[in-house]
Amino acid sequence: MAKGVKPRVKVPKSASAGDTITIKTLISHKMESGQRKDSDGNTIPRSIINRFVASFNGETVIDVDMAPAISTNPYFEFDAKVPEAGEFTFTWYDDDGSVYETTNAIAVS
Amino acid sequence: MEFTRRETMAIGAGAALAAVLPGVVSAAVKASIDEFTGGAEVGTGGVTLTAPEIAENGNTVPISVSAPGATAILVLALGNPTPAVAEFKFGPLAGDQSASTRIRLAGTQEVAAIAKMADGTFSSETKTVKVTIGGCGG
Repeated sequence: MAKGVKPRVKVPKSASAGDTITIKTLISHKMESGQRKDSDGNTIPRSIINRFVASFNGETVIDVDMAPAISTNPYFEFDAKVPEAGEFTFTWYDDDGSVYETTNAIAVS
Repeated sequence: MEFTRRETMAIGAGAALAAVLPGVVSAAVKASIDEFTGGAEVGTGGVTLTAPEIAENGNTVPISVSAPGATAILVLALGNPTPAVAEFKFGPLAGDQSASTRIRLAGTQEVAAIAKMADGTFSSETKTVKVTIGGCGG
């Protein structure tokens, strides 16, 4: 189904405690909307990532429900608070049941 | 109950959103909004929706939403075959209540952002985006 899915995340390596940092995420995914037709006129079935969650040490930062109107290679940029050193976890949920996860540690100086 | 198209439009126009979301409010859009707000009235102000005035390629239109104090923001593309775009829910560690992403637009249309504030009220903003090449297989 979904091939070549590769999450990419940009998180600063370190921050001061209590800082707000900007996180950028991008995951390569074709995000078939279910609206397109192939050359024979048949509708191509929908195949998208329907949910994205970012959390830090188990606490939610942002939780996004996604519809087919999200572009190919879903991109998200948002801000997160960093109360202490720890690890960000980013999780994407695919229509086909696959779950893609990546983690980024951040140090507090 | 069966509604004619005209009646459906009249109902849409009669809804509290008419003042906020000008133009035709389709049944699908109204259903999505009602699901999000629970039928509550939607006000204005407090929400910022940033979208380009003209998007050459509807396949990837950068947008960003921001609503200080919101717990969730619903984004709708009023003219898409399915109006839902995304719902952002902000957790306790969200730095602020804003996010950027890229969306698909089937054609020139209005994009709406409705924010659910922490006190249970709702607020919205709409932007018209001109699209020269549609994004939903168009």
